[in-house]
Amino acid sequence: MKRPRRRDPLPGFGLSLGITLLWLGGLVLVPLLALLLRPLELGPLGFWHSVTEPRVLASLRLSFLGALAASAVNLPLGLLVAWVLVRYRFPGRRLLDGMVDLPFALPTAVAGLALTALYAPNGWLGAPLAALGVKVAYTPLGVALAMGFVGLPFVVRTVEPVLRDLPLEAEEAAATLGATRWQAWWRVVLPALAPALLAGFAMASARAIGEYGSVIFIAGNTPMWSEIAPLLIVVRLEQFDYAGAAAVGLAMLALSFLMLLGLSLMNRLWRRA
Amino acid sequence: MSLAVRGLVRRFGPALALDSVDLAVRGGEFVALLGPSGSGKTTLLRMLAGLDFADAGTVEIDGHDMSAVPARARRIGFVFQHYALFRHMSVFENVAFGLRVRPRASRPPEAEIARRVRALLERMQIGALEKRLPEQISGGQRQRVALARALAIEPRLLLLDEPFGALDAEVRKGLRRWLRELHAEMGLTSLFVTHDQEEALELADRVAVMQAGRVVQFDTPLALVEQPAAAFVAGFLGGAARLPAHLSGGVLAFSGLPLPPLSAAALRGAAPPEGAALAFVRPHEWALSPAAEGEGNARVRSSRPAGGHAHVELDLAGQVIEAEAPHGLLRPGQPCRLEARQARAFAAPS
Amino acid sequence: MTPATAEPRAIRWLLVALAVLLLGAFLLLPLAAVFTEALRRGWGPVVAALADPDAQAAIRLTLLVAAIAVPVNTLGGLAGAWCIARFTFPGRALLLALIELPFSVSPVISGLVWVLLFGAHGWFGPWLQAHDVQIVFAVPGLVLATLFVTFPFVARTLIPLMQEQGRAAEEAAATLGASGWQSFWRVTLPQIRWALLSGVLLCNARAMGEFGAVSVVSGHIRGETNTMPLHVEILYNEYQFVGAFAVAALLALLALVTLAAKALLERLGARRGGMA
Repeated sequence: MKRPRRRDPLPGFGLSLGITLLWLGGLVLVPLLALLLRPLELGPLGFWHSVTEPRVLASLRLSFLGALAASAVNLPLGLLVAWVLVRYRFPGRRLLDGMVDLPFALPTAVAGLALTALYAPNGWLGAPLAALGVKVAYTPLGVALAMGFVGLPFVVRTVEPVLRDLPLEAEEAAATLGATRWQAWWRVVLPALAPALLAGFAMASARAIGEYGSVIFIAGNTPMWSEIAPLLIVVRLEQFDYAGAAAVGLAMLALSFLMLLGLSLMNRLWRRA
Repeated sequence: MSLAVRGLVRRFGPALALDSVDLAVRGGEFVALLGPSGSGKTTLLRMLAGLDFADAGTVEIDGHDMSAVPARARRIGFVFQHYALFRHMSVFENVAFGLRVRPRASRPPEAEIARRVRALLERMQIGALEKRLPEQISGGQRQRVALARALAIEPRLLLLDEPFGALDAEVRKGLRRWLRELHAEMGLTSLFVTHDQEEALELADRVAVMQAGRVVQFDTPLALVEQPAAAFVAGFLGGAARLPAHLSGGVLAFSGLPLPPLSAAALRGAAPPEGAALAFVRPHEWALSPAAEGEGNARVRSSRPAGGHAHVELDLAGQVIEAEAPHGLLRPGQPCRLEARQARAFAAPS
Repeated sequence: MTPATAEPRAIRWLLVALAVLLLGAFLLLPLAAVFTEALRRGWGPVVAALADPDAQAAIRLTLLVAAIAVPVNTLGGLAGAWCIARFTFPGRALLLALIELPFSVSPVISGLVWVLLFGAHGWFGPWLQAHDVQIVFAVPGLVLATLFVTFPFVARTLIPLMQEQGRAAEEAAATLGASGWQSFWRVTLPQIRWALLSGVLLCNARAMGEFGAVSVVSGHIRGETNTMPLHVEILYNEYQFVGAFAVAALLALLALVTLAAKALLERLGARRGGMA
């Protein structure tokens, strides 16, 4: 590949770049600019007060901690599924493979409805759990559960290609050097997968933080308890508090960005170590 | 067809990929561009095809400046290193492509296209494969399809980028000979890129040796071997030992090595100016004789049969020297006397 | 004896069983719940719920929105993939990152930004009102919000594949005398067709199933600005559970068909080229 010049043998650079910039600018950049600029109306102090209201803080805390907890649970589960899919051949493997993408494809409102029906106190899983004294629907636990549902494919689909490309020779070498299967797994396989796991964790978290449709049905949306940040944006919009809604949105984006930055720094340190 | 390249310069950022290249190719010639990787061979080839463009200099074909002519109007056949076959098209469709995309006015009728494609496939000895997809045939067969596709447009000039690079040794040998014959029979003018000197010397009428974006020497294989014009060429071809030396008063003395000096009369080619020099001695240019223990200047490391003689590896004061000797003359571990019968010398780079 | 890189049989089966069980409970049970709830009282109420004029209007609106948003993002995605995967230019990495940006933005924010621009109190709100143009709480707003959330799908499916394929095939076409359009239609497009189709499919599934973003810009006017997912919510909030689950089941069916088609396309692509 090379720098496009006046007579690049491949045509259409100017045309395609022009279309792309128009498409990107009109549909993404200008709208996001509004998100960036609208909170300015509040002034710095007003912005700060707007995003540090106890109800906002509680919702941000729930969105972020819930997403992180859900993704943390998704790590071992996603790794297990990826491992089984890549390394083993068994009847129904293709079906399992297709199942993983279900949360990608299922409309979020449908997922929300389904999870609520399933985990409600009279639901298939909700009833036995309630008998054990665990309440899922309409609690922060339900929020995290829905977040885990939408995040799982990210972990599996990030780890899977790396695992597939991992040469078996490395494990065979470990075995010839006297390592047990468990040692080879723990010292050879897992470190090689760590960056992919972390990337999958970051992607699943980012998706879960902003998730709305799957969560609001099962959350119950009690202020200060099970209300997520995106819902608070909707609430403020309904009160025609545009700047306040934008402020929450901006805070979410900024925190997500910081989180992703932190995770990618961690990843870099990991690789160096 | 004649090709003239003058003062061609190509920069990639700060790097100079082509540093004022001149090259003149006559019609019907089979020319190799030979050099180590990064010497600019492929860049030059792409410029001839119109796939890349010069920062300075000109490319002329039959006296016409090509700088304003886009690749698709040049009628130059290009065989890509990894063939770049259209993977969704059958072998037949791949070869027919160049005819099908012609403007309606000059596009041959379907029957004529089929006739020409089939004739080419037969010529390439792959007539039976016409319905296959590229992924369903072997590497050597893909090479032939790529060649047929390039020839279908009846090119004025055929360019091949590392034509044998992706093939294994056996297939490579066979294809080489076949390509040489094809070139002659079809009356083509061809340029091919290679980093394999054996390939270049065996196939080409003339070889352009490239180094760091320049053509160091452009000559027949024999002339390159007999009269290398630069230290780089002498070192690149023929497996010569490269030895530091000093020329003064008509005598070439080897620096830091226990070798008898050489009279300037024994130097082949033009002698360098007096002073520090680089001497190149090829394996067959050494005189070898066994010596008693404690005498001699070198020791035999190994001796392997190679055709009519033995290929001997010698230890000369820590430096490894490769030489030819009669069978059975020397055994591994044996001391021996080593002397250069002749050499080539160039002024040492400052 | 087990090879050095294989677990003992028992562990293998245990892991497979665990994965199947957990995925089944976590992903498949919810899906089963949707269909069970929908069919709780048999087919009659399901058919009635789907034949309801408001449901019909929601289905029509969903199709309309997708029919506008998907082609726009397909064309944009093709253009973006072409310039990013075939040329190098300063800012290319930034452009790629920006194209993927909408994926990391909350759906609610994806709707919010359009309200900030075109809502009653938005930047252009007063001007739009003065000229009697309605964007937010009307079909254009739904289309814009859907465009935002489905923005990256096509570009993101195409770019890795086209980067892997490289420029060589198009360069070969050029040396053989093909014009730019000939090269695009005869060489580029056939090489990416399965991936393109797969990207369009995913884009469409998301466009039809989007909830958060359209919820913000819809205004929830029955029969006018309700898409299918929004209709599900309204019915659910009105305790019309069978109706809600009936429409939800229809959407779930769309998801299943999309997944099946995508799997089929991947197999086609693997066999015929045109997908990584």
